[in-house]
Amino acid sequence: MTRFQQLIAVNEARRSRRRRVVNAAMLSLTGLLTLMALVPLFWIIGYVIYRGAPVLNVNFFTQLARPVGMHGGGVLFAIEGTVVLAVLACLFAIPPGVLAAFYAARNPNTPLGIALRFSTDVLAGVPSIVMGLFIYGLVVVPMKHFSGFAGGLALSILMLPTIIRTTEEMLKLVPHTLREGSLGLGAPEWKTNLSVAFPAAFDGIITGFLLAIARATGETAPLLFTALGNERFDIGAIIQGGIQAHQSLFSIIGRIVNQPIDSLPLTLWTYAMQPYQERIDQSWGVALVLMILVLLIEIAARLWIEARKRALQG
Amino acid sequence: MKNISISKRNTWQERLNRFTRHGDIPWSLLIGAMAILTLVVVIAIAWMLWTQSADARAKIGWDFFRPTLDATWNPAKDIYQAWPFIYGTLITSLVAIVLAVPISLGIAVFLAELCPERLRLPLNWMIEMLAAIPSVVYGLWGIFVFLPAVVTPVGEFLSHLSVLPGFTGTLFTGPISEDGTSRLAAGLILTIMVIPTITAISRDVLLAIPNSQREAAMGLGSTRWEMIWQVLLPYGLSGILGAVILGLGRALGETMAVTMVMGNANEATGSLLKAGYTMASLLALQFKEAVTPLHTEAMIELGFTLFAITLILNLFARFLVWQVARRTPQEARA
Amino acid sequence: MQTKISVSKAATAEAISEIKVAVKNLSVYYGKFRALAEINIAVQSNQITAIIGPSGCGKSTLLRSFNRMNDLTPNARMEGEIILDGENINASGVDVVDVRRRVGMVFQRPNPFPKSIYDNVAFGPRLYGIRRKNDLDEIVEKSLQQAALWDEVKDKLHQSGFSLSGGQQQRLCIARALAVEPEVILMDEPASALDPISTLRIEELMHDLVKDYTIIIVTHNMQQAARVSDSTAMMMIDEHRAGRLVEFNETQVIFTNPKDKRTEDYVTGRFG
Repeated sequence: MTRFQQLIAVNEARRSRRRRVVNAAMLSLTGLLTLMALVPLFWIIGYVIYRGAPVLNVNFFTQLARPVGMHGGGVLFAIEGTVVLAVLACLFAIPPGVLAAFYAARNPNTPLGIALRFSTDVLAGVPSIVMGLFIYGLVVVPMKHFSGFAGGLALSILMLPTIIRTTEEMLKLVPHTLREGSLGLGAPEWKTNLSVAFPAAFDGIITGFLLAIARATGETAPLLFTALGNERFDIGAIIQGGIQAHQSLFSIIGRIVNQPIDSLPLTLWTYAMQPYQERIDQSWGVALVLMILVLLIEIAARLWIEARKRALQG
Repeated sequence: MKNISISKRNTWQERLNRFTRHGDIPWSLLIGAMAILTLVVVIAIAWMLWTQSADARAKIGWDFFRPTLDATWNPAKDIYQAWPFIYGTLITSLVAIVLAVPISLGIAVFLAELCPERLRLPLNWMIEMLAAIPSVVYGLWGIFVFLPAVVTPVGEFLSHLSVLPGFTGTLFTGPISEDGTSRLAAGLILTIMVIPTITAISRDVLLAIPNSQREAAMGLGSTRWEMIWQVLLPYGLSGILGAVILGLGRALGETMAVTMVMGNANEATGSLLKAGYTMASLLALQFKEAVTPLHTEAMIELGFTLFAITLILNLFARFLVWQVARRTPQEARA
Repeated sequence: MQTKISVSKAATAEAISEIKVAVKNLSVYYGKFRALAEINIAVQSNQITAIIGPSGCGKSTLLRSFNRMNDLTPNARMEGEIILDGENINASGVDVVDVRRRVGMVFQRPNPFPKSIYDNVAFGPRLYGIRRKNDLDEIVEKSLQQAALWDEVKDKLHQSGFSLSGGQQQRLCIARALAVEPEVILMDEPASALDPISTLRIEELMHDLVKDYTIIIVTHNMQQAARVSDSTAMMMIDEHRAGRLVEFNETQVIFTNPKDKRTEDYVTGRFG
């Protein structure tokens, strides 16, 4: 027997059993932890459906809030507000985000390119409530009132890093030959970018947008002191009033975005903190709508990505 | 589009085309300007928070950060000491990280190394769905379901630990309130919320480790676990650390869920089982109702502190990831 | 070490030419696809056995059967027997971990762990519970000496394994495999990623090692097989794309007087 064999012969049976037991135990533990992490997921989804589903009815989607203490009523104001905020956020975030992504994809190693990537990372890490503070100082204080405009702006800063990153990545995936084909035909670079590279990367970019919108739609903190919340927000009334007063389209839109506005998560938060049972019930309804909305967008985006991957792999 | 069909007669357009290289110069300027805009946003956030809290910094000074739990935050008297909120943020995030890191690493190992191919995609999705659930929904579920069902019993059990000496004992000074609102509740909710972040990044780190490392370990007679624990995790350590830091960043800045389950009371105790505030939850609750200008400024200073902490963490995480990227090519060299 | 052979069951003089590993009717499947079909080889103790053949013919798959590394590939399944010292290691109750200690492996590309040179070599012994510093020091020094690396690294044992050159990294990997005292060493094109001088050093090293170990090497390099090996197995794929053994004989015979036309074409370079 060599020295090594003598050394490993000590307690060999016990040690090898211990190694096997530790191996089996730890590997099962990782599976167990994975299962454990799924418990809250299904618990939340299940319970929100359980409490939220009974509240949902046509009125819930089509009526405004009733005064506290009265039954019924809906959260139309919050649904409208969410849509307005999402549209505003996209308007503010997508054009600059996409253009900045073109820059990042073309000049990754210039000082500005590095600074851009760095600031994208920083923006992605800034707590969303700090975004709210920033827009409060930037917009709400000078305008002297809360508004949907400010809320949309706050959400757009939140979306910006996701949009820049995904667009940049998708643009980088566009094959060189495609770009060179266009450039070789004498098309200028901007035209190549917009009419060849961007369409080629389009569905990837759209999924990026979708994910960004889903996340922004669920956010509350940046809206607390920008959009503020407004239970009496009613687009229908604003438009009707505007038409009756022969206002221009522009000023109607101005009125829509220039007043405090509500959104689903904001309503959920306000309702949940109130001591009235019907409001708390409704907050479960809002939670269900919000969750379906966010999860549907998320799943749709992912299915899209998977389908595309399969298609590319042939 | 008209730029392409150059007409010889239209000389001003031709000249314009030459001058702008068929629109490429304005295009470069435009995308450059948008890149600069992104940069400006970051600088503007820092600048805005810094200048708008100038008075607070001048009047309160370092007393703002003095680490004492027996602090005063009294808008009526314009006295502002922020330590309890900073402590609240730090302790809840710490609880979350301590609990979430082992869980997330376990999940990441399972997803990257052990999971059967068929289960991989659905499991990945489900874990990432955890990150997609809006924070307010976590809060709502927390108040009405998670706190009474889990936090209160756990808190009651933990309050037996208050006999431990020193700070550990202080941490577990009970009793926990009946509805479960406490720093512990916030910490546990945050744990669930940061698991997807840490899991996703660590999983990607593990997947990026070359297969030759696994083969080397297995070829020497490691068990699978020994390979994971002694080779893969050390190999990916700095990337995993980066993941943990990004998770920490998320925990520090999380607002709504924490605000909803933390009880929002200011008791002069460091106990996990008592209610408290975090920096973010104080902002969420008090900022709109600020009483005096100094009150507003003090809260903006708090916001700046939060911003600065996340900025520093981000820099550090980037540095770690950069280090991984720097090391990896060396192994490929042969 | 010097009495390695005497450990085995038939510790007699004839043991010099004893069969160390016998492969009987081995087939390997990936899912439904049969990658290896009915392989029969007898590897002699203390010899270098080379496996040659065109790429994709299953050389590596065969090599990885000797230490059950194919188990790590999802869907892989092995049929047949691999008999190591009289014991079938391809049976269900076998301790795979122990098999892999007895049958070490060196890979195509150097793959040191991102640890110090010392820790790389000590990795295996530590798995088997050797913790005392003196014991580890002894094993590390001996292994590095056997791998002809000791003189080059003895002053920098605590530097990262990555700090070495490619050829040194490969010898470090050999030392790491030697540290657990395997009986058989598998080498999967160990010099294909190295420059000619490093390749030569690895080949010299194999000549030294074969006194104490049984070596099985996969190579795509005819000259290398001819230079270093005692026996050679020639493989090729059949019409179902399954790897089959064409010819197995002493290297000299394979390269000078092959029985099979396909072998002749291959070794003279008239094929793939």
